[in-house]
Amino acid sequence: MLPDTLKARFDEEIKTHPVVLYMKGNALFPRCGFSARALELLKPFGPVHTVDVLADESVREGIKQYSSWPTIPQIYIHGQFIGGSDIVGELASRGELEALIKKP
Amino acid sequence: MALTPEWIAGRIKTAIPDADIEINDTTGTGDHFEARIVSATFAGVPMVRQHQAVYAPLKDVLATGELHALALKTYSPEQWANKKG
Repeated sequence: MLPDTLKARFDEEIKTHPVVLYMKGNALFPRCGFSARALELLKPFGPVHTVDVLADESVREGIKQYSSWPTIPQIYIHGQFIGGSDIVGELASRGELEALIKKP
Repeated sequence: MALTPEWIAGRIKTAIPDADIEINDTTGTGDHFEARIVSATFAGVPMVRQHQAVYAPLKDVLATGELHALALKTYSPEQWANKKG
């Protein structure tokens, strides 16, 4: 079960920041190729708030439950769950990522 | 235990019986794979839901880390036909 405190934290995080990336490692030192790739795809379109799931095991397991998504990285844009690195890659190659991020 | 593309495809088939599946072991180590999956059930469904449908029957091995990564490309039959051109 996802603890209420953790759920409240995620609710707040994805509401506060337009783009949130739950990743392994941080923006300076990504510790997984998929996380690094997601970050590189998102960066051109503005600030990306990154959360290192390796820093806190409860966050690593909690975000999987919160999103109903079994893997890291996970991307939220304007409070909406987008998916993992494959989906961000596909949206980028279709040219749809910028519009998604820049929409008011 | 290392996983095989056939085993993963079998699991996906239990959830998406009409799926046309191609899977490669990207590192040769039995834990990183990439898959291309075509199913009529994907038509008109957002990509995030398509990927969730593929992950669902693999939840246990993803949770244990036996399956570390499964890169996905999912298409409806129409999208796949257009893709192939």
